[in-house]
Amino acid sequence: MSIQKLLSGAPRVINIGLSAFSRELASQNIPVVQVDWRPPAQGKRHLAELLARLAAHESKIASANEEALKRMLAATPVLVDVQPAGKVIAGLGERVLLHSGPPITWERMCGPMRGAVAGAIVFEGWASDLDSATRLAASGGVQFHPNHHFDAVGPMTGITTRSMPVMIVENRAFGNRAYCMINEGLGKVMRFGANDESVVARLHWLADEFGPAFGAALRRAEGLDLVPLISRGLAMGDEMHQRNVACSALTLRALAPHLASVVADGEVLSKILAFIAGNEQFFLNVGMAMGKSIMDPVRGIEHSSVVTAMCRNGTDFGVRVSGTGDTWFTAPVEMPQGMYFPGYSEKDANPDMGDSTIMETIGVGAFAMAAAPAVAGFVGAGTSRDALGYTAAMGEITLTRNPRWTIPGLDFQGVPTGIDIRRVVDTGLQPAINTGIAHREPGVGQVGAGIARAPLACFEQALQAFAAAMGVRS
Amino acid sequence: MSTVVNHLRRGFYADSVALMRISRALASLAGVEAASLMIGTPSNRALLENSGLLVGEGVKAQADDLVIAVRAVDDSTATQALAEAERLLAGGAAVEAAAGITAVRSVPAALAALPGANLAVISVPGEFAAAEARAALERGLHVMMFSDNVSVEDEVALKHLALEKGLLMMGPDCGTALIGGAPIAFANVVPRGDVGLIAASGTGLQEVSSLLARNGRGVSHGIGVGGRDLKEAVGGLMTLAAFDALEADPATRHIVIISKPPAKAVTERVLARAAAASKPVTLCLLGAAEMDLPANVTQAATLSAAVEAVLGQPIEKALHKAEVVPRKGWLRGLFCGGTLCSEAQLVLIEAGVAVSSNVPVPGAAQASAPSVASHSLIDLGDDDYTRGRPHPMIEPELRNEHLSAALADPGVAVVLLDLVIGYGAHADPAGLIVQAMTAAPKGHAPVVASVSGTDGDPQGYSAQVACLEKAGVHVAASNAQAAALVARLLV
Repeated sequence: MSIQKLLSGAPRVINIGLSAFSRELASQNIPVVQVDWRPPAQGKRHLAELLARLAAHESKIASANEEALKRMLAATPVLVDVQPAGKVIAGLGERVLLHSGPPITWERMCGPMRGAVAGAIVFEGWASDLDSATRLAASGGVQFHPNHHFDAVGPMTGITTRSMPVMIVENRAFGNRAYCMINEGLGKVMRFGANDESVVARLHWLADEFGPAFGAALRRAEGLDLVPLISRGLAMGDEMHQRNVACSALTLRALAPHLASVVADGEVLSKILAFIAGNEQFFLNVGMAMGKSIMDPVRGIEHSSVVTAMCRNGTDFGVRVSGTGDTWFTAPVEMPQGMYFPGYSEKDANPDMGDSTIMETIGVGAFAMAAAPAVAGFVGAGTSRDALGYTAAMGEITLTRNPRWTIPGLDFQGVPTGIDIRRVVDTGLQPAINTGIAHREPGVGQVGAGIARAPLACFEQALQAFAAAMGVRS
Repeated sequence: MSTVVNHLRRGFYADSVALMRISRALASLAGVEAASLMIGTPSNRALLENSGLLVGEGVKAQADDLVIAVRAVDDSTATQALAEAERLLAGGAAVEAAAGITAVRSVPAALAALPGANLAVISVPGEFAAAEARAALERGLHVMMFSDNVSVEDEVALKHLALEKGLLMMGPDCGTALIGGAPIAFANVVPRGDVGLIAASGTGLQEVSSLLARNGRGVSHGIGVGGRDLKEAVGGLMTLAAFDALEADPATRHIVIISKPPAKAVTERVLARAAAASKPVTLCLLGAAEMDLPANVTQAATLSAAVEAVLGQPIEKALHKAEVVPRKGWLRGLFCGGTLCSEAQLVLIEAGVAVSSNVPVPGAAQASAPSVASHSLIDLGDDDYTRGRPHPMIEPELRNEHLSAALADPGVAVVLLDLVIGYGAHADPAGLIVQAMTAAPKGHAPVVASVSGTDGDPQGYSAQVACLEKAGVHVAASNAQAAALVARLLV
């Protein structure tokens, strides 16, 4: 009887293909949306067929994804403490280094990551200088593991060792914790591969003075509830990956009274407050630990096609999917497209790097570009209209909008949440990532910012493994 | 020595009609000998290669790449043409944005952008069309599928799925519909009225709805079912579903079915359904023998007769004022509408003229091209003519080549044309015909034509007719009358 409903009403058209039809319908004031159709899966027939066959399992996949989204949206991440990494991360012992991205050997590490490894070895005292540290690393004298395998994340090189202080975010809805080191600030910093004495000295200050004080302040505050903080940050123009001005200020505002209470020495307090106030990206590492704490409970849901991690080590990009457990699907990282600081160009740029893509995985960063038009210009994405386009496009590869994190400029529509590998492969729309760009040589630091894309190949491999896990083969 | 260049745009897709328009614009540039924009599928690459247009990076093109191929007199002309192609490619998106049309990449996003959407119009390449239609039906959308090259198995499966869900599955190869008075795709602006149309032919639906409109009647709905719906394999699934809907529709008082003669079993099914209807039914099965009919059913031999059956009186008489001067020779019928070509054949055969056609009706001879020594009626919209080119309804250029040849041929007695206007069609088909006539040698054969369309159409029926008449074309009131006029000259 629904044919009669169509006939007795008025057509509302989805036009898939020839755009001339849309224009003519629109000229008659017939409501129409144009689907700029492309061959599914970029015209790759075996993948298109897999997608078609998976459609037969839609209800199973949909209910698994519903569970994944439920867990993401129920998360209650709270920044609770700062502790030395070795004390809270099980298995992070002597001569173990955690790095960003999927697993990688010393031989395949990019320059900045090698630089950070050497610096961290000196910092830990496993070698006396950078040269011997490099020899130690190259000769197999240390172990390398991804942060992601230890409930942790790290920006850019992401090198984490036992004596470094880490922020602890507890997801109280699920009881899990996630860790990320403290953001060192701009300029010569280990996350960009710098490793000279000033870098090591700052790490020591973070471990000895800043970390304990900040941890005490957090304990006194009984934690910092992060979901509402992010909501305010979005309303204040942050997207929490390349722009954390608002969230960093909100964090400082919330914790300053507690820091004042737990730090007796006025000079020490002043230095701590100045450190936070002087680093607009201070909150990024808090956000990353939060992202990891949100996504970890989403891992391993059978039949769910939701992405649980995206990360890169400067050589490979890695993707994990809920329904395929802890398998990494990797492909070579792409070069970010962006804007360079004066004196630098893409010739100086290191390929895409860092675990900070956890931000996009939870629906912020480039996915929330519409909230942060200022970032669109900074990363070379163009106008504020283009910023809206990024969020709209990411809406096409995600399953829902996050009602807790809304964008005022989109009439409080939520950020696009829950990347579905099927939609990525189907549309060929690669997840966008707002990123800093590191110099390809260790020790130079950040040379620009831009937009990177998650390689489609990761999602194509993931889809094949996902289908195989469901017993669907092409 | 001319030069061929290819430019490859990776990860770019555009519909082939849009690309063909740009191809044509490039080919018309001074110094450009040939130009083609194609998505790099294997079959397209073969087409380019056969025409000597595939070189350099174009050879590596994939199905998600665009190849811009140009052959020009020299390198700088070729480079300019490539730049022009880029400019034109950028234009499409700008036009869309300016028209305030929301454009998305996926159907889920489209549904989010247009709550309450109820109809999916699908015009993607045939090999992908069935999957898109299935997904649309699964989401509860009615489907109008303009795409062709869809297998009959897929068509049957899709129509069964649609019936299960109580949805319309119009097509494949359905380019025309009037839903709640709204013209969709290739359709005319006609007043709302009480005549419900079910058509296996788009141009048939256009001619009948336009004739009704020009004779003061309106249309409740025009439902296209696709050219194969009444064949044995499909069994009239959508025709019968549409019939039920129109029978139940309070706005519809008279139902007209337009098709080629259906399979025998299907005819019986349709007749049985019609006999049970409470409304008068007109069957216009072009080329069918006379049948025994239930009391509420009338049979019409032509589209124009179907309109007369609904009106209960003959339609307006011919518009043509000047007498057509007969001369010796052959008829050249050059058609854009396949059904109009069939109707003209039927009228001529009925009048005793032996005809040939590339789409012959019963009683007509098979002919592949218009240059044979016979009274030939060629459907230039047939696959043989449209492979790699836009349909002549969209780009009548193709017909102009044949028209010019016919006008230059002293052996031609008369030229018979159809013009189809309305949404989807070329902006000024009459203007193009006049161009060809202006360029033709003195003393060329007379030209007889009809126009399918209404004054509500963007091109305007009266304006098109006036343009043709000014150039000396004899315009008849319908395609059937045009054919009858030609028949009188030939017999």
